Amino acid sequence: MQTLDLAQTPLRELNAALHAQASQTNQTAWQVLNPQGAHAIACGLDAPIEVTVKGSTGYYCAGMNKHATVHIEGSAGPGVAENMMSGTVVIEGDASQYAGATGHGGLLVIKGNASSRCGISMKGIDIVVHGNVGHMSAFMAQSGTLVVCGDAGEALGDSLYEARLFVRGSVKSLGADCVAKEMRPEHLTLLANLLARAGADARPEEFTRYGSARKLYHFDIDNAY
Amino acid sequence: MCGIVGLFLKDPALEPELGALLTRMLVTMSDRGPDSAGLAIYGAEAPGLAKLTVQSDTPEATFAGLDTDLGAALGVPVTLRARSTHAVLNLPEGQLDTARAALATLRPAARVMGRGRTIEIYKEVGLPRDVAARFDIASMSGTHGIGHTRMATESAVTTLGAHPFNTGPDQCLVHNGSLSNHNSLRRKLRHHGILTETENDTEVGAAYLTWRMQTGATLGAALTTALRDLDGFFTFVVGTRDGFGVVRDPIACKPAVMAETDQYVAFGSEYRALVDLPGIQTARVWEPEPATVYFWTRDTPSPAQKAA
Repeated sequence: MQTLDLAQTPLRELNAALHAQASQTNQTAWQVLNPQGAHAIACGLDAPIEVTVKGSTGYYCAGMNKHATVHIEGSAGPGVAENMMSGTVVIEGDASQYAGATGHGGLLVIKGNASSRCGISMKGIDIVVHGNVGHMSAFMAQSGTLVVCGDAGEALGDSLYEARLFVRGSVKSLGADCVAKEMRPEHLTLLANLLARAGADARPEEFTRYGSARKLYHFDIDNAY
Repeated sequence: MCGIVGLFLKDPALEPELGALLTRMLVTMSDRGPDSAGLAIYGAEAPGLAKLTVQSDTPEATFAGLDTDLGAALGVPVTLRARSTHAVLNLPEGQLDTARAALATLRPAARVMGRGRTIEIYKEVGLPRDVAARFDIASMSGTHGIGHTRMATESAVTTLGAHPFNTGPDQCLVHNGSLSNHNSLRRKLRHHGILTETENDTEVGAAYLTWRMQTGATLGAALTTALRDLDGFFTFVVGTRDGFGVVRDPIACKPAVMAETDQYVAFGSEYRALVDLPGIQTARVWEPEPATVYFWTRDTPSPAQKAA
Protein backbone atom coordinates (compact mmCIF):
# COMPACT_ATOMS: atom_id res chain seq x y z
CA MET A 1 0.00 0.00 0.00
CA GLN A 2 1.41 3.39 -1.06
CA THR A 3 0.26 6.24 1.16
CA LEU A 4 0.32 9.90 0.20
CA ASP A 5 -0.68 12.55 2.72
CA LEU A 6 -1.98 15.74 1.15
CA ALA A 7 -1.17 17.56 4.39
CA GLN A 8 2.50 16.98 3.44
CA THR A 9 2.58 16.17 -0.28
CA PRO A 10 1.53 18.78 -2.84
CA LEU A 11 -1.42 17.75 -5.01
CA ARG A 12 0.64 17.92 -8.20
CA GLU A 13 3.10 15.40 -6.74
CA LEU A 14 0.28 13.07 -5.80
CA ASN A 15 -1.23 13.17 -9.28
CA ALA A 16 2.22 12.87 -10.92
CA ALA A 17 2.93 9.73 -8.86
CA LEU A 18 -0.40 8.22 -9.86
CA HIS A 19 0.11 9.14 -13.51
CA ALA A 20 3.56 7.51 -13.47
CA GLN A 21 2.09 4.04 -12.89
CA ALA A 22 2.41 1.92 -16.01
CA SER A 23 -0.25 -0.60 -16.97
CA GLN A 24 1.88 -3.40 -15.48
CA THR A 25 2.76 -1.62 -12.23
CA ASN A 26 3.17 -3.67 -9.07
CA GLN A 27 2.12 -0.69 -6.96
CA THR A 28 -1.57 -1.27 -7.35
CA ALA A 29 -2.88 -0.03 -4.00
CA TRP A 30 -2.74 3.65 -3.05
CA GLN A 31 -4.33 5.69 -0.36
CA VAL A 32 -4.66 9.46 -0.09
CA LEU A 33 -4.90 11.05 3.35
CA ASN A 34 -6.24 14.49 4.29
CA PRO A 35 -7.95 15.39 1.01
CA GLN A 36 -9.69 18.32 2.80
CA GLY A 37 -11.92 19.01 -0.17
CA ALA A 38 -9.01 19.67 -2.55
CA HIS A 39 -9.70 19.84 -6.29
CA ALA A 40 -8.69 17.39 -9.04
CA ILE A 41 -7.53 14.55 -6.78
CA ALA A 42 -6.67 11.40 -8.76
CA CYS A 43 -7.60 12.97 -12.07
CA GLY A 44 -6.59 11.51 -15.41
CA LEU A 45 -5.53 8.08 -14.15
CA ASP A 46 -4.59 5.57 -16.86
CA ALA A 47 -3.56 2.34 -15.08
CA PRO A 48 -5.40 -0.50 -13.32
CA ILE A 49 -4.62 0.77 -9.84
CA GLU A 50 -6.83 1.18 -6.79
CA VAL A 51 -6.87 4.55 -5.06
CA THR A 52 -8.68 5.11 -1.78
CA VAL A 53 -9.27 8.71 -0.75
CA LYS A 54 -9.80 8.96 3.01
CA GLY A 55 -12.18 11.90 3.24
CA SER A 56 -14.18 14.36 1.16
CA THR A 57 -12.98 15.76 -2.16
CA GLY A 58 -13.48 18.99 -4.11
CA TYR A 59 -14.05 19.53 -7.82
CA TYR A 60 -13.37 16.89 -10.49
CA CYS A 61 -12.08 14.03 -8.37
CA ALA A 62 -11.31 11.00 -10.57
CA GLY A 63 -12.11 12.99 -13.70
CA MET A 64 -11.20 11.38 -17.04
CA ASN A 65 -10.54 8.09 -15.28
CA LYS A 66 -9.31 5.14 -17.37
CA HIS A 67 -8.85 1.65 -15.89
CA ALA A 68 -8.43 2.74 -12.26
CA THR A 69 -10.71 2.11 -9.29
CA VAL A 70 -11.14 5.19 -7.10
CA HIS A 71 -12.87 4.86 -3.76
CA ILE A 72 -13.87 8.06 -1.94
CA GLU A 73 -14.50 7.51 1.77
CA GLY A 74 -16.39 10.76 2.13
CA SER A 75 -18.41 13.04 -0.11
CA ALA A 76 -17.41 14.32 -3.53
CA GLY A 77 -17.58 17.87 -4.90
CA PRO A 78 -18.82 19.01 -8.32
CA GLY A 79 -17.87 17.04 -11.42
CA VAL A 80 -16.73 13.80 -9.79
CA ALA A 81 -15.74 11.21 -12.43
CA GLU A 82 -16.43 13.74 -15.16
CA ASN A 83 -15.68 12.33 -18.60
CA MET A 84 -14.70 8.92 -17.22
CA MET A 85 -13.66 6.45 -19.94
CA SER A 86 -13.49 3.19 -17.97
CA GLY A 87 -12.78 1.84 -14.51
CA THR A 88 -14.83 2.31 -11.36
CA VAL A 89 -15.46 5.22 -8.99
CA VAL A 90 -17.27 4.59 -5.70
CA ILE A 91 -18.36 7.40 -3.36
CA GLU A 92 -19.39 6.44 0.16
CA GLY A 93 -21.08 9.78 0.84
CA ASP A 94 -22.96 12.29 -1.33
CA ALA A 95 -21.94 13.72 -4.69
CA SER A 96 -22.33 17.34 -5.75
CA GLN A 97 -23.46 18.69 -9.11
CA TYR A 98 -22.85 16.97 -12.46
CA ALA A 99 -21.45 13.69 -11.17
CA GLY A 100 -20.34 11.51 -14.07
CA ALA A 101 -20.96 14.26 -16.63
CA THR A 102 -20.08 13.32 -20.22
CA GLY A 103 -18.72 9.94 -19.07
CA HIS A 104 -17.96 7.53 -21.91
CA GLY A 105 -17.65 4.31 -19.91
CA GLY A 106 -16.96 2.63 -16.59
CA LEU A 107 -19.10 2.49 -13.47
CA LEU A 108 -19.82 5.33 -11.03
CA VAL A 109 -21.44 4.34 -7.73
CA ILE A 110 -22.78 7.00 -5.35
CA LYS A 111 -23.86 5.45 -2.06
CA GLY A 112 -25.44 8.66 -0.75
CA ASN A 113 -27.40 11.21 -2.77
CA ALA A 114 -26.34 12.98 -5.94
CA SER A 115 -27.07 16.65 -6.53
CA SER A 116 -28.35 18.31 -9.70
CA ARG A 117 -27.37 17.34 -13.25
CA CYS A 118 -26.13 13.88 -12.34
CA GLY A 119 -25.08 12.19 -15.58
CA ILE A 120 -25.53 15.30 -17.71
CA SER A 121 -24.61 14.49 -21.31
CA MET A 122 -23.50 10.97 -20.35
CA LYS A 123 -22.10 9.06 -23.34
CA GLY A 124 -21.85 5.45 -22.20
CA ILE A 125 -21.05 5.54 -18.49
CA ASP A 126 -23.14 3.52 -16.02
CA ILE A 127 -24.15 5.42 -12.87
CA VAL A 128 -25.83 3.85 -9.85
CA VAL A 129 -27.06 6.19 -7.11
CA HIS A 130 -28.20 4.50 -3.90
CA GLY A 131 -30.07 7.65 -2.78
CA ASN A 132 -31.72 10.49 -4.68
CA VAL A 133 -30.67 12.63 -7.64
CA GLY A 134 -31.32 16.37 -8.04
CA HIS A 135 -32.88 18.36 -10.85
CA MET A 136 -31.93 18.07 -14.54
CA SER A 137 -30.27 14.70 -14.08
CA ALA A 138 -29.37 12.90 -17.32
CA PHE A 139 -29.93 16.15 -19.26
CA MET A 140 -29.08 15.45 -22.92
CA ALA A 141 -27.81 12.01 -21.97
CA GLN A 142 -26.74 10.09 -25.05
CA SER A 143 -25.81 6.58 -23.99
CA GLY A 144 -25.28 4.50 -20.86
CA THR A 145 -27.45 3.83 -17.83
CA LEU A 146 -28.51 5.92 -14.84
CA VAL A 147 -29.96 3.94 -11.93
CA VAL A 148 -31.59 5.86 -9.08
CA CYS A 149 -32.63 3.79 -6.07
CA GLY A 150 -34.30 6.79 -4.41
CA ASP A 151 -36.18 9.71 -5.96
CA ALA A 152 -35.38 12.00 -8.90
CA GLY A 153 -35.76 15.80 -8.93
CA GLU A 154 -37.30 18.04 -11.55
CA ALA A 155 -36.87 17.62 -15.31
CA LEU A 156 -35.36 14.15 -15.29
CA GLY A 157 -33.90 13.25 -18.67
CA ASP A 158 -34.59 16.58 -20.33
CA SER A 159 -33.77 16.43 -24.06
CA LEU A 160 -32.67 12.86 -23.67
CA TYR A 161 -31.11 10.95 -26.57
CA GLU A 162 -30.63 7.24 -26.00
CA ALA A 163 -29.51 6.65 -22.40
CA ARG A 164 -31.54 4.30 -20.18
CA LEU A 165 -32.87 5.69 -16.91
CA PHE A 166 -34.22 3.55 -14.06
CA VAL A 167 -35.81 5.15 -10.99
CA ARG A 168 -37.17 3.22 -8.02
CA GLY A 169 -38.81 6.12 -6.17
CA SER A 170 -40.75 9.16 -7.32
CA VAL A 171 -39.84 11.51 -10.16
CA LYS A 172 -40.70 15.13 -9.48
CA SER A 173 -41.13 15.85 -13.18
CA LEU A 174 -39.91 14.54 -16.51
CA GLY A 175 -37.98 16.83 -18.85
CA ALA A 176 -38.82 17.44 -22.49
CA ASP A 177 -39.02 14.24 -24.56
CA CYS A 178 -38.46 11.92 -21.57
CA VAL A 179 -41.17 9.30 -21.05
CA ALA A 180 -41.79 6.20 -18.92
CA LYS A 181 -41.24 3.00 -20.86
CA GLU A 182 -42.05 -0.66 -20.56
CA MET A 183 -39.62 -2.79 -18.53
CA ARG A 184 -38.68 -5.76 -20.71
CA PRO A 185 -36.72 -8.86 -19.60
CA GLU A 186 -33.44 -7.51 -21.02
CA HIS A 187 -33.85 -4.39 -18.88
CA LEU A 188 -34.43 -6.46 -15.74
CA THR A 189 -31.26 -8.42 -16.50
CA LEU A 190 -29.23 -5.28 -17.15
CA LEU A 191 -30.52 -3.67 -13.96
CA ALA A 192 -29.92 -6.76 -11.81
CA ASN A 193 -26.32 -6.84 -12.99
CA LEU A 194 -25.72 -3.14 -12.29
CA LEU A 195 -27.37 -3.27 -8.85
CA ALA A 196 -25.22 -6.26 -7.91
CA ARG A 197 -22.01 -4.57 -9.12
CA ALA A 198 -22.94 -1.42 -7.20
CA GLY A 199 -23.80 -3.29 -4.01
CA ALA A 200 -27.29 -1.78 -4.00
CA ASP A 201 -29.97 -3.52 -2.00
CA ALA A 202 -32.86 -3.19 -4.44
CA ARG A 203 -34.84 -5.46 -6.76
CA PRO A 204 -35.07 -4.65 -10.48
CA GLU A 205 -38.86 -5.13 -10.46
CA GLU A 206 -39.22 -2.10 -8.18
CA PHE A 207 -37.91 0.32 -10.83
CA THR A 208 -39.56 2.25 -13.63
CA ARG A 209 -37.68 2.70 -16.88
CA TYR A 210 -37.55 6.08 -18.61
CA GLY A 211 -36.20 6.93 -22.01
CA SER A 212 -36.42 9.22 -25.00
CA ALA A 213 -39.70 9.63 -26.88
CA ARG A 214 -37.44 10.57 -29.85
CA LYS A 215 -39.65 13.49 -30.80
CA LEU A 216 -36.80 16.01 -30.67
CA TYR A 217 -34.64 14.06 -33.12
CA HIS A 218 -35.92 15.70 -36.25
CA PHE A 219 -36.80 19.23 -37.13
CA ASP A 220 -40.39 19.95 -36.24
CA ILE A 221 -41.79 23.46 -36.34
CA ASP A 222 -43.72 22.70 -33.13
CA ASN A 223 -40.41 22.32 -31.33
CA ALA A 224 -39.32 25.82 -32.30
CA TYR A 225 -40.13 28.91 -30.32
CA MET B 1 -16.98 32.70 -9.84
CA CYS B 2 -16.85 34.55 -6.47
CA GLY B 3 -16.46 32.82 -3.12
CA ILE B 4 -18.83 33.17 -0.20
CA VAL B 5 -18.57 32.08 3.41
CA GLY B 6 -20.86 32.50 6.38
CA LEU B 7 -20.84 31.41 9.99
CA PHE B 8 -23.74 31.66 12.42
CA LEU B 9 -22.82 30.64 15.95
CA LYS B 10 -25.23 28.90 18.29
CA ASP B 11 -22.64 28.26 21.00
CA PRO B 12 -21.47 31.48 22.75
CA ALA B 13 -18.19 29.73 23.62
CA LEU B 14 -17.14 30.11 19.97
CA GLU B 15 -17.92 33.84 19.79
CA PRO B 16 -14.36 35.04 20.57
CA GLU B 17 -13.16 32.94 17.59
CA LEU B 18 -15.69 34.21 15.03
CA GLY B 19 -13.29 36.54 13.22
CA ALA B 20 -10.49 33.98 13.11
CA LEU B 21 -12.74 31.18 11.86
CA LEU B 22 -14.37 33.38 9.23
CA THR B 23 -11.02 34.71 8.02
CA ARG B 24 -9.66 31.18 7.52
CA MET B 25 -12.81 30.20 5.63
CA LEU B 26 -12.58 33.20 3.33
CA VAL B 27 -8.83 32.91 2.68
CA THR B 28 -9.45 29.32 1.53
CA MET B 29 -11.88 30.69 -1.08
CA SER B 30 -9.36 33.22 -2.48
CA ASP B 31 -8.92 31.53 -5.84
CA ARG B 32 -12.64 31.91 -6.56
CA GLY B 33 -12.14 35.66 -6.94
CA PRO B 34 -9.07 37.92 -6.66
CA ASP B 35 -10.63 41.35 -7.14
CA SER B 36 -11.94 42.45 -3.78
CA ALA B 37 -12.93 41.00 -0.44
CA GLY B 38 -15.17 41.96 2.42
CA LEU B 39 -16.51 40.77 5.72
CA ALA B 40 -19.50 41.68 7.84
CA ILE B 41 -19.21 40.93 11.55
CA TYR B 42 -22.16 41.01 13.90
CA GLY B 43 -20.57 41.90 17.23
CA ALA B 44 -21.67 43.03 20.64
CA GLU B 45 -24.41 45.63 20.86
CA ALA B 46 -24.69 48.37 23.46
CA PRO B 47 -28.15 49.43 24.63
CA GLY B 48 -29.45 52.43 22.70
CA LEU B 49 -26.33 52.72 20.56
CA ALA B 50 -25.78 52.08 16.89
CA LYS B 51 -22.74 51.65 14.66
CA LEU B 52 -21.89 53.41 11.44
CA THR B 53 -18.97 51.88 9.53
CA VAL B 54 -17.35 54.44 7.23
CA GLN B 55 -14.50 54.14 4.76
CA SER B 56 -12.07 56.68 3.35
CA ASP B 57 -9.19 56.54 0.90
CA THR B 58 -7.52 59.22 3.05
CA PRO B 59 -8.32 57.84 6.51
CA GLU B 60 -5.95 60.01 8.55
CA ALA B 61 -7.41 63.26 7.27
CA THR B 62 -11.00 62.01 7.20
CA PHE B 63 -11.12 60.38 10.62
CA ALA B 64 -9.13 63.00 12.58
CA GLY B 65 -11.55 64.75 14.91
CA LEU B 66 -14.56 63.17 13.23
CA ASP B 67 -16.02 61.97 16.55
CA THR B 68 -15.85 65.50 17.97
CA ASP B 69 -17.17 67.16 14.81
CA LEU B 70 -20.04 64.71 14.36
CA GLY B 71 -20.87 64.82 18.08
CA ALA B 72 -21.04 68.62 17.91
CA ALA B 73 -23.22 68.55 14.79
CA LEU B 74 -25.66 66.08 16.31
CA GLY B 75 -25.47 67.28 19.90
CA VAL B 76 -24.85 63.75 21.17
CA PRO B 77 -21.74 61.83 22.23
CA VAL B 78 -19.99 60.02 19.36
CA THR B 79 -17.02 57.68 19.64
CA LEU B 80 -14.75 56.53 16.83
CA ARG B 81 -12.60 53.43 16.43
CA ALA B 82 -10.42 53.39 13.32
CA ARG B 83 -9.14 50.26 11.59
CA SER B 84 -6.98 51.09 8.56
CA THR B 85 -9.26 52.69 5.92
CA HIS B 86 -12.42 52.03 7.94
CA ALA B 87 -13.78 53.53 11.14
CA VAL B 88 -16.71 52.51 13.29
CA LEU B 89 -18.67 55.40 14.78
CA ASN B 90 -20.79 54.67 17.85
CA LEU B 91 -23.73 56.97 18.38
CA PRO B 92 -27.31 56.95 19.70
CA GLU B 93 -29.48 54.65 17.62
CA GLY B 94 -32.07 57.30 16.74
CA GLN B 95 -29.34 59.47 15.17
CA LEU B 96 -28.17 57.07 12.44
CA ASP B 97 -29.91 58.81 9.54
CA THR B 98 -29.05 62.32 10.73
CA ALA B 99 -25.44 61.26 11.26
CA ARG B 100 -25.29 59.91 7.74
CA ALA B 101 -26.58 63.19 6.34
CA ALA B 102 -24.21 65.25 8.52
CA LEU B 103 -21.29 63.10 7.44
CA ALA B 104 -21.81 64.06 3.81
CA THR B 105 -21.16 67.70 4.75
CA LEU B 106 -18.54 67.20 7.45
CA ARG B 107 -16.41 64.63 5.60
CA PRO B 108 -17.34 64.27 1.92
CA ALA B 109 -14.51 61.72 1.54
CA ALA B 110 -16.17 59.32 3.98
CA ARG B 111 -18.35 56.60 2.49
CA VAL B 112 -20.82 54.58 4.52
CA MET B 113 -20.14 50.84 4.37
CA GLY B 114 -22.67 49.67 6.94
CA ARG B 115 -25.07 50.72 9.63
CA GLY B 116 -27.01 49.06 12.38
CA ARG B 117 -26.90 48.07 16.02
CA THR B 118 -24.42 45.22 15.72
CA ILE B 119 -23.06 45.09 12.16
CA GLU B 120 -19.58 46.23 11.13
CA ILE B 121 -18.50 45.90 7.49
CA TYR B 122 -14.91 45.90 6.24
CA LYS B 123 -14.20 45.68 2.53
CA GLU B 124 -11.48 46.68 0.11
CA VAL B 125 -9.95 45.83 -3.23
CA GLY B 126 -7.49 42.96 -2.86
CA LEU B 127 -7.15 39.37 -1.74
CA PRO B 128 -8.98 38.06 1.35
CA ARG B 129 -5.74 37.44 3.24
CA ASP B 130 -4.61 41.06 2.77
CA VAL B 131 -8.01 42.58 3.43
CA ALA B 132 -8.59 40.50 6.58
CA ALA B 133 -5.08 41.30 7.88
CA ARG B 134 -5.48 44.99 7.19
CA PHE B 135 -8.53 45.16 9.47
CA ASP B 136 -7.33 42.46 11.89
CA ILE B 137 -10.61 40.60 11.42
CA ALA B 138 -9.08 37.54 13.12
CA SER B 139 -9.13 39.33 16.47
CA MET B 140 -12.84 40.15 16.28
CA SER B 141 -15.52 38.35 18.21
CA GLY B 142 -19.19 38.19 17.33
CA THR B 143 -22.28 36.07 16.94
CA HIS B 144 -22.29 35.66 13.18
CA GLY B 145 -20.64 36.96 10.06
CA ILE B 146 -20.40 36.61 6.32
CA GLY B 147 -17.60 37.11 3.85
CA HIS B 148 -17.05 37.43 0.13
CA THR B 149 -14.18 37.30 -2.30
CA ARG B 150 -15.11 38.81 -5.63
CA MET B 151 -14.55 37.98 -9.26
CA ALA B 152 -16.02 41.11 -10.77
CA THR B 153 -18.54 40.66 -13.57
CA GLU B 154 -21.26 43.30 -13.60
CA SER B 155 -19.45 46.39 -12.29
CA ALA B 156 -16.03 47.92 -11.65
CA VAL B 157 -13.44 46.68 -9.19
CA THR B 158 -13.75 49.31 -6.47
CA THR B 159 -14.19 49.41 -2.70
CA LEU B 160 -17.84 50.34 -3.10
CA GLY B 161 -18.33 47.48 -5.56
CA ALA B 162 -17.07 44.94 -3.02
CA HIS B 163 -19.47 42.79 -1.03
CA PRO B 164 -21.12 42.61 1.52
CA PHE B 165 -23.77 45.18 0.67
CA ASN B 166 -25.65 46.86 3.47
CA THR B 167 -28.88 48.54 2.34
CA GLY B 168 -30.85 48.56 5.61
CA PRO B 169 -30.03 48.56 9.32
CA ASP B 170 -28.08 45.43 10.24
CA GLN B 171 -28.90 43.83 6.87
CA CYS B 172 -26.23 42.60 4.56
CA LEU B 173 -25.95 40.36 1.57
CA VAL B 174 -23.22 38.58 -0.37
CA HIS B 175 -23.78 37.10 -3.80
CA ASN B 176 -22.23 34.58 -6.12
CA GLY B 177 -23.66 34.93 -9.61
CA SER B 178 -24.97 37.77 -11.73
CA LEU B 179 -28.38 39.38 -11.98
CA SER B 180 -29.66 40.17 -15.46
CA ASN B 181 -32.54 42.51 -14.58
CA HIS B 182 -30.70 44.75 -12.12
CA ASN B 183 -31.04 47.92 -14.18
CA SER B 184 -34.81 47.75 -14.50
CA LEU B 185 -35.14 46.69 -10.88
CA ARG B 186 -32.92 49.60 -9.78
CA ARG B 187 -35.31 51.99 -11.55
CA LYS B 188 -38.33 50.38 -9.89
CA LEU B 189 -36.73 50.57 -6.47
CA ARG B 190 -35.92 54.24 -7.06
CA HIS B 191 -39.65 54.86 -7.58
CA HIS B 192 -40.20 53.32 -4.16
CA GLY B 193 -37.62 55.65 -2.64
CA ILE B 194 -34.92 52.99 -2.32
CA LEU B 195 -31.65 54.41 -3.59
CA THR B 196 -28.54 52.46 -4.53
CA GLU B 197 -25.05 53.91 -4.60
CA THR B 198 -23.29 51.81 -7.22
CA GLU B 199 -23.79 50.16 -10.60
CA ASN B 200 -23.38 46.79 -8.91
CA ASP B 201 -26.04 44.13 -9.52
CA THR B 202 -25.71 42.67 -6.04
CA GLU B 203 -26.50 45.97 -4.38
CA VAL B 204 -29.83 45.89 -6.23
CA GLY B 205 -30.52 42.43 -4.82
CA ALA B 206 -29.77 43.69 -1.33
CA ALA B 207 -31.87 46.81 -1.85
CA TYR B 208 -34.75 44.70 -3.12
CA LEU B 209 -34.79 42.73 0.14
CA THR B 210 -34.62 45.96 2.17
CA TRP B 211 -37.58 47.37 0.23
CA ARG B 212 -39.64 44.22 0.77
CA MET B 213 -38.88 44.20 4.48
CA GLN B 214 -39.68 47.90 4.78
CA THR B 215 -43.10 47.11 3.36
CA GLY B 216 -43.75 44.49 6.01
CA ALA B 217 -42.29 41.25 4.66
CA THR B 218 -40.23 39.01 6.90
CA LEU B 219 -36.78 38.18 5.58
CA GLY B 220 -38.08 34.72 4.71
CA ALA B 221 -40.95 36.21 2.71
CA ALA B 222 -38.62 38.72 1.03
CA LEU B 223 -36.26 35.94 -0.03
CA THR B 224 -39.20 33.95 -1.36
CA THR B 225 -40.43 36.80 -3.60
CA ALA B 226 -36.82 37.47 -4.63
CA LEU B 227 -36.96 34.11 -6.37
CA ARG B 228 -39.77 35.49 -8.51
CA ASP B 229 -38.54 39.06 -9.04
CA LEU B 230 -34.79 38.65 -9.51
CA ASP B 231 -33.64 37.31 -12.86
CA GLY B 232 -30.24 35.69 -13.22
CA PHE B 233 -27.97 33.41 -11.28
CA PHE B 234 -27.53 33.72 -7.58
CA THR B 235 -26.49 32.07 -4.42
CA PHE B 236 -27.23 34.61 -1.69
CA VAL B 237 -26.12 34.56 1.92
CA VAL B 238 -27.80 37.22 4.04
CA GLY B 239 -27.34 38.44 7.55
CA THR B 240 -29.71 40.30 9.84
CA ARG B 241 -29.22 41.48 13.42
CA ASP B 242 -30.21 38.09 14.77
CA GLY B 243 -30.51 35.92 11.68
CA PHE B 244 -28.70 34.15 8.86
CA GLY B 245 -30.28 33.06 5.57
CA VAL B 246 -29.36 31.26 2.36
CA VAL B 247 -31.18 31.05 -0.96
CA ARG B 248 -30.22 29.82 -4.43
CA ASP B 249 -31.99 30.51 -7.72
CA PRO B 250 -34.09 27.73 -9.31
CA ILE B 251 -31.28 26.68 -11.68
CA ALA B 252 -28.77 26.55 -8.80
CA CYS B 253 -25.59 26.34 -10.84
CA LYS B 254 -23.61 28.46 -8.37
CA PRO B 255 -22.13 26.12 -5.80
CA ALA B 256 -23.09 26.01 -2.13
CA VAL B 257 -22.34 23.71 0.78
CA MET B 258 -23.74 23.99 4.28
CA ALA B 259 -22.83 22.35 7.56
CA GLU B 260 -24.70 22.35 10.84
CA THR B 261 -23.74 21.18 14.32
CA ASP B 262 -25.02 22.04 17.80
CA GLN B 263 -22.42 24.83 17.80
CA TYR B 264 -22.94 26.56 14.45
CA VAL B 265 -24.39 26.78 10.96
CA ALA B 266 -21.75 27.33 8.29
CA PHE B 267 -21.87 28.15 4.60
CA GLY B 268 -19.14 27.85 1.98
CA SER B 269 -19.02 28.02 -1.81
CA GLU B 270 -16.92 24.88 -1.54
CA TYR B 271 -16.55 22.22 1.13
CA ARG B 272 -12.86 23.00 1.65
CA ALA B 273 -13.86 26.35 3.19
CA LEU B 274 -15.45 24.38 6.03
CA VAL B 275 -12.75 21.80 6.79
CA ASP B 276 -11.12 23.71 9.67
CA LEU B 277 -14.36 24.22 11.59
CA PRO B 278 -14.62 22.38 14.92
CA GLY B 279 -16.55 19.12 14.71
CA ILE B 280 -16.91 19.29 10.92
CA GLN B 281 -16.23 15.54 10.67
CA THR B 282 -19.52 14.80 12.42
CA ALA B 283 -21.50 17.80 11.14
CA ARG B 284 -24.58 17.44 8.95
CA VAL B 285 -23.29 18.55 5.56
CA TRP B 286 -25.62 19.23 2.63
CA GLU B 287 -26.17 21.31 -0.48
CA PRO B 288 -29.04 23.77 -0.20
CA GLU B 289 -31.81 22.92 -2.65
CA PRO B 290 -32.61 25.29 -5.52
CA ALA B 291 -35.40 27.84 -4.97
CA THR B 292 -35.54 27.02 -1.28
CA VAL B 293 -35.13 29.52 1.53
CA TYR B 294 -33.07 28.48 4.55
CA PHE B 295 -33.07 30.73 7.58
CA TRP B 296 -31.87 30.61 11.19
CA THR B 297 -32.35 33.12 14.00
CA ARG B 298 -31.00 33.39 17.53
CA ASP B 299 -34.44 32.43 18.84
CA THR B 300 -35.00 29.51 16.51
CA PRO B 301 -31.67 27.78 16.14
CA SER B 302 -33.13 24.92 14.12
CA PRO B 303 -33.55 25.74 10.45
CA ALA B 304 -36.66 27.38 9.14
CA GLN B 305 -36.87 26.00 5.63
CA LYS B 306 -39.31 26.99 2.99
CA ALA B 307 -39.64 25.84 -0.59
CA ALA B 308 -40.85 28.65 -2.80
